[in-house]
Amino acid sequence: MADVRELRDLYQEVILEHSKKPRNYGLLASANHKAEGFNPLCGDHYTVFVNLQGGAISEIAFQGAGCAISKASASMMTQSLKGKSKEEAEALFKRFHDLVTGHSRDTDALGKLAVFAGVSEFPLRVKCATLSWHAMRAALRGENEAVSTE
Amino acid sequence: MSTLAKTPREIQSALTSYDLQKIRQDFPILHQKVHGKPLVYLDNAATTQKPLAVIEALENYYRCDNSNIHRGVHALSERATADYEKVRVAAQKFINAADSKEILFLRGTTEAINLVAQTYGRKNVTAGDEVLITAMEHHSNIVPWQMLCEEKGAKLRVAPINERGELLLDEFENLLNRKTKIVAVGHLSNALGTINPIKQIVKMAHALKVPVLVDGAQAAPRMQVDVQDLDCDFYAVSGHKMYAPTGIGFLYGKAQLLETMPPWQGGGDMIASVTFDKTIYNRLPYKFEAGTPNIADTIGLGAALEYLSGLGLEQIEEHEADLLGYATREVQTIPGVSIIGTANEKAGVLSLVMEDIHPHDIGTILDSEGIAVRTGHHCAQPVMQRFNIPATVRASFGLYNTREEVDALVRGIQKVREVMA
Repeated sequence: MADVRELRDLYQEVILEHSKKPRNYGLLASANHKAEGFNPLCGDHYTVFVNLQGGAISEIAFQGAGCAISKASASMMTQSLKGKSKEEAEALFKRFHDLVTGHSRDTDALGKLAVFAGVSEFPLRVKCATLSWHAMRAALRGENEAVSTE
Repeated sequence: MSTLAKTPREIQSALTSYDLQKIRQDFPILHQKVHGKPLVYLDNAATTQKPLAVIEALENYYRCDNSNIHRGVHALSERATADYEKVRVAAQKFINAADSKEILFLRGTTEAINLVAQTYGRKNVTAGDEVLITAMEHHSNIVPWQMLCEEKGAKLRVAPINERGELLLDEFENLLNRKTKIVAVGHLSNALGTINPIKQIVKMAHALKVPVLVDGAQAAPRMQVDVQDLDCDFYAVSGHKMYAPTGIGFLYGKAQLLETMPPWQGGGDMIASVTFDKTIYNRLPYKFEAGTPNIADTIGLGAALEYLSGLGLEQIEEHEADLLGYATREVQTIPGVSIIGTANEKAGVLSLVMEDIHPHDIGTILDSEGIAVRTGHHCAQPVMQRFNIPATVRASFGLYNTREEVDALVRGIQKVREVMA
């Protein structure tokens, strides 16, 4: 599975930087949607807050704790989704999911999120990369309860 | 139990008669590369690897003796029955039980604890009663009791532990009272490595006539267990954590307690006679072994017990104490590493955290170096909550691990720093 090159692909500088200094981190007081994501196997736990205005994400933030991959993914997700419609957010999640599970190498529509391509070499880490995305989707769908990766 | 009292010379003399290279040859799985690096298997608290003796016993059983037991009159059934029952005697001797009928073959520790909760527990625990456990238990020694308490309207009490991960015996004793109906406690904590003072615990509980179940999953492969000396009432083990196959383990129970307990599962083998009006249950131990048992893996367990006894539990204990001591010293030289679980009486398990770096990331990077460790909460979430951490990295040692493998672990952890910098 993992050689040194693949390890570098996984822990890219951008990912490490976001994991250490996550963007849009903290409670979002104006949120009208939120949901929790929880991975019972490793204890990763995030809450995603969304302020949805007229079907578009006007603000998004997250807080919680987890590994470098899950935290960087949450951070970069919030950057990617600001201003997107619900439908665009769901479509982006699908593309992101296909990328990290190795179902697609097409990174055109993913922008900076393409740095997560390395996750596909680490099947056990897919749940880390998608945890906050699952929570985001649950928040948008109004499923105001904890989602679990198990 | 402690190796602290031993002089270095005593430890050295024990180690020199322990032929590690020869022992490693007994475990074919160890001689492989993972991601291009020699496998360093340090996940023995999760499950252990199997020696050739166990693998060959399984193969031999299926090649030569496979048959149902306790009922056939033919040669194969006789052989299979004899081999199966020989393991019961081997298990009895392994933990020094008074009688082989006190050994019940089950799937493992989890099933054994559930059996006690659902038979002894259901019969003896009523509304307002209490079950007493400790704050360092594995989920398998928490949830069956929670389920029992919920069903009966009883209360689960939890004895606390200190910063080093040691049971606070005074607090434990204070929690014992006339409402306590059973105590359930781990012998060796899978998350912290703490060895609990079982004899003292049993004495305290017995003073109030409370029986004690010991979860021996981690202790049985690591130290000489003597259930009569401990005087515990139940002792549960898992074969796969003691170099035997998965799906087999056993429960020791004092005969006089097992006799009073209702059977657990109904079916063949656990009966003496059946009519539609009434069933007479079989005698011990068969009363608790309904249906065709896991014959092959029981025979595999027998080979593992023989292998362990051949090496000597004291020798294994000394060897693992040497590894744990060495690893503890070496790991502490790495900046930013903290050990979780620093009990005075400790064995087999080294749990650690690194500041700012999540255990999951450490586990992935160690894996890329061929090093297998466990990362996560180790089925002991309350322990993680006690130390206010989400998870740890756990290296756990087995009888075949080497100091060189500890060195590889230390290099691996240093690499984590480089990758995550």
